[in-house]
Amino acid sequence: MTDPLALDPILAPLERSRPAFNDDDLSHDERFAAFEAHVLAGGKVEATDWMPDEYRTAVLRFVEMHANSELMGVLPEREWLMRAPTLRRKLALTAKVQDEVGHAQLLYRVAEDLGKPREAMFDDLLAGKTKFHNVFHYPTVGWADVGMIAWLVDAAAIVAQQALRDSSYAPYARTMRKICWEESVHIMHGRDVVVTMATGTAAQRAAIQDALDRWWGPLMQMHGPRSPREKDRDLHWRIKAKTSEELRQEFLSIYVPRIRELGLVIPDGALAWDGAIDAWRYGEPDWDELRTVVTNHGPMSQSRLDFRRVNREETRWVRETILGVAVAA
Amino acid sequence: MTDTPPELQPWEVFRQEKDGDPMRHGGSVMAPDAELAVHYARELFGRRQESVRLWVVRRVDVLDLSDPDLLQPPLDRSYKKPGGYVMRDKLAAARAQSGQAKPKARPG
Repeated sequence: MTDPLALDPILAPLERSRPAFNDDDLSHDERFAAFEAHVLAGGKVEATDWMPDEYRTAVLRFVEMHANSELMGVLPEREWLMRAPTLRRKLALTAKVQDEVGHAQLLYRVAEDLGKPREAMFDDLLAGKTKFHNVFHYPTVGWADVGMIAWLVDAAAIVAQQALRDSSYAPYARTMRKICWEESVHIMHGRDVVVTMATGTAAQRAAIQDALDRWWGPLMQMHGPRSPREKDRDLHWRIKAKTSEELRQEFLSIYVPRIRELGLVIPDGALAWDGAIDAWRYGEPDWDELRTVVTNHGPMSQSRLDFRRVNREETRWVRETILGVAVAA
Repeated sequence: MTDTPPELQPWEVFRQEKDGDPMRHGGSVMAPDAELAVHYARELFGRRQESVRLWVVRRVDVLDLSDPDLLQPPLDRSYKKPGGYVMRDKLAAARAQSGQAKPKARPG
């Protein structure tokens, strides 16, 4: 019989001791170094692993913003549930709204495990201390907006979300796989709405062009201003994988041809593929508008937050019932 | 109120996509009791008919073993794996010795 102890170790210590940073006996600096090496080498982090404060807060901030956006993102669409043009559209939109709230639930769960209670996250959202995505601060003036949001806003989001399936924070990466799968259905629903209107009456075609005209600016701002890769701590920790400009370019490459296929005109005269730099050129997005909107000064920011404040009060009895406690009003 | 309020706690959810598949970890829910935990699990992991079975387990009841000294010991365990037996060169030598051709994947 082979004595296992007589065999030569074939794995180097670093390879085998994956959670070296979990070792209580190491100093903080040693743990930090081991953790950083692990993450930079493509390693994954679980909720139960030790992690530096910088990493924990960075993941928390990222996931919390994402959760807030899912929660607030249903409000523009919710307004059209009772006005959907057919029963099938109404069912699809209801399912989408339900999915997005479900995504918020899943993401708040990921954030909770990092140490911030859900109630504290709602407090911060409603107090304006944390943010939600720019695109959900605008009004939905017609049914065409519902199609535009479900197709292009979700498409721009999924470009970013697909890159998060490889996040170093494993619970987030796993959740993103489920979310991306559901989002792909939303995009098909939205595209179907847009294609139907684009091939409909003159009034429907005008409505969908009008919606594109209004949503294009926010869409181009959505991924954020260009920033150098080496300065981005979220990239350093591999919480996300792509820069804002990479995401925007990817979105343009996939969706500009699909928008033009429908005979729609993108309201940016500077938009063109430049083979010399192998990238899209486009008119500079209005970054002042982005800053104004995400700090809750957008056209619908306060009314959407007010809706949530009222909703939170109106559903207080549910939480009290579930927890069996009298919460002071 | 004198009753101790039930506390929210995490429950891990495992789901089976179709009959015969392994149970896979899907995520977790927060709930004060088993009944609501199952209800939330159904809402979040079975709403789209994407599961045929769910297992809902209190997180504190999950026994975690991830000690690399036990699971990834620094020893050559290749003799336990099919890939640990590489005979290409030896078989070539055997054929040279026997004068036989390399067998086809399937006879005939």
